[in-house]
Amino acid sequence: MKNIITTDKVNLFYGESQALKDITLDFLPNTVTALIGPSGCGKSTYLRLFNRMNDLIDNVKITGNITVEGENIYQKDTNIVELRRKVGMVFQKPNPFPKSIFENVAYGLRVNGVNEMSVLKEKVEFSLKQAALWDEVKDKLKKSAFELSGGQQQRLCIARALAIEPSIVLMDEPASALDPISTAKIEELIYELKSKYTIVIVTHNLQQAGRVSDYTAFFYLGELIEKGITKELFINPKNIKTQNYITGRFG
Amino acid sequence: MIKFLKSIFEKLIEGTLFLSSTITTLAIVLIIIFLFKEGIGTFNQTPIEDGFSLVVNKNNPINELSAPEIKNIFDQNITNWKTVGGKNDSITLFNLDNIGEFYSDSAIGENFEFLPQCISDYTEKNPGVVAFVSTRYTEKGFTGKILTTPKVKVTEFISQKEWFPTAQPAAQLGVLPLILGTLWVSFGAILIALPLGLSTSIYMAEIASPKIRNILKPLIELLAGIPSVVYGFFGLVVIVPEIQKLFNLPVGETALAGSIVLAIMALPTIITISEDALRTTPKSMKEASLALGANKWQTIYRVVIPYSGSGITAATILGIGRAIGETMAVLMVTGNAAVIPHSFLEPVRTIPATIAAELGEAPQGGLHYKALFALGCILFIITMAINLIVGYISSKKKYNAK
Repeated sequence: MKNIITTDKVNLFYGESQALKDITLDFLPNTVTALIGPSGCGKSTYLRLFNRMNDLIDNVKITGNITVEGENIYQKDTNIVELRRKVGMVFQKPNPFPKSIFENVAYGLRVNGVNEMSVLKEKVEFSLKQAALWDEVKDKLKKSAFELSGGQQQRLCIARALAIEPSIVLMDEPASALDPISTAKIEELIYELKSKYTIVIVTHNLQQAGRVSDYTAFFYLGELIEKGITKELFINPKNIKTQNYITGRFG
Repeated sequence: MIKFLKSIFEKLIEGTLFLSSTITTLAIVLIIIFLFKEGIGTFNQTPIEDGFSLVVNKNNPINELSAPEIKNIFDQNITNWKTVGGKNDSITLFNLDNIGEFYSDSAIGENFEFLPQCISDYTEKNPGVVAFVSTRYTEKGFTGKILTTPKVKVTEFISQKEWFPTAQPAAQLGVLPLILGTLWVSFGAILIALPLGLSTSIYMAEIASPKIRNILKPLIELLAGIPSVVYGFFGLVVIVPEIQKLFNLPVGETALAGSIVLAIMALPTIITISEDALRTTPKSMKEASLALGANKWQTIYRVVIPYSGSGITAATILGIGRAIGETMAVLMVTGNAAVIPHSFLEPVRTIPATIAAELGEAPQGGLHYKALFALGCILFIITMAINLIVGYISSKKKYNAK
């Protein structure tokens, strides 16, 4: 199988301080990869490289080579809008827009020039079904998204990301602000989405990483310490730091 | 013991807080009551000055005349009683100053002691006469008819088109031109200030680098600290002559000048408040928009502005509030002609400018004085209505967003 995302010797600096050090890591299509590590280890920063969300921060310098679907995404003429259509993102806290449920999901389509109501309706329904939210909201699509519960809002955000049919979905601790039942639903959803999308998920929750991911990468102080098939990494970590982290000695 | 003291101390603080809020509320209520008490007094008075009355021949069927009718008669715009519903007879105006033309000094008496008889006699002889005389001369032995004047009506007060409260014999109290002038100038000000203020706040909140913002923000806040007289001065010396030259007008003191000065004055309010509102948009919401492939402008237009909509509306209300209530600067640059405005290039007069300019010369407790209070009531009602309407709109918006 060909890698869908590759990063080769990636370094990232916030001004003087180096947040990522020589990261070389590849991702296979239709897999779930979990990025784990203690707070401040650079896993979220790393995740945000793939849809160039780090561009929003001033004073960021990036070296190395990052490709998405074979294309270098840090070239001068890279179309960021195109890239972000291919690489969807779900954030830590549910962040629906102050619009109706329908308009939230349709947002990505509308900003990309799709305004035909029949197309929008079809895609909104499809995305909400994929995010396992359709049955709960189909009668109140016109209602404000803020009326939903936190877990529903997060699934709405997933539906919103899926509506523009990305090939990759980045998830930045998607369940950290949710209760256990909502978390279980999101995890179930991630497992189902794997057949269609490549998912990269940042998580603090090791059990969650163990449950949902095929591969796991352990970050520590901006370095990639170890990467492997999830089961092997958890049962038989090769690096002593990984072992200490997953057995709960620090982190 | 300490616990007891502490609880007393807490009660004391609570009492102080309660007292201060009560005093504040009472003060506000008192001001409103005072305003309306004085204002409503207008409608208990007749437009004819106290101590004077209009008299006609006793056979004249007319019993009362309204203020505009009196004005038109004395301006000789109405010359026949038929026009005001009487007999077909021409109107003769009688002026007390000319009494010497009809009666000799001896007939009037040395100390004018026979003046009432002369007036009586004159009105009897001239069936078409109307005279404006002191009630002193119509008390005893007067054979003519004294006209009654209806009290000032609310509907007339609001709908009549002439504001001339010092007119003799009857004060003309039509506030329509003043209301329209106020709304006209404020409307123009908002038309100028809103797009300018909104774009500045968007620039400052979303686009400007922190460096530029740190220069701009204090400058704009400085603008809010300039006294309004100085704005008026600036308008009078700079804007008014420019408008006069630019549009080739006889005078530059126009509604447009007022609108421009008010717009400049409302800008700091609109900019700072809407900028604060725009900046409350959570970063995560903007990121979510960008992550969906929206560009910066789409994000501003579709997420940031709708999210801060109620803040922007609040900024607009406060801007309008400042514009409607502003007195000094407007008084200085709008020309203060109490006529109904037809364009921005005509002089207008606003309610606050009228109150400020005329209160000093209106005798306390008189009709003019009370009419100015009634103007204050109208201003209060307009601003309150705007607040209520916008509050309703923004609450509706919030409901949709939540």
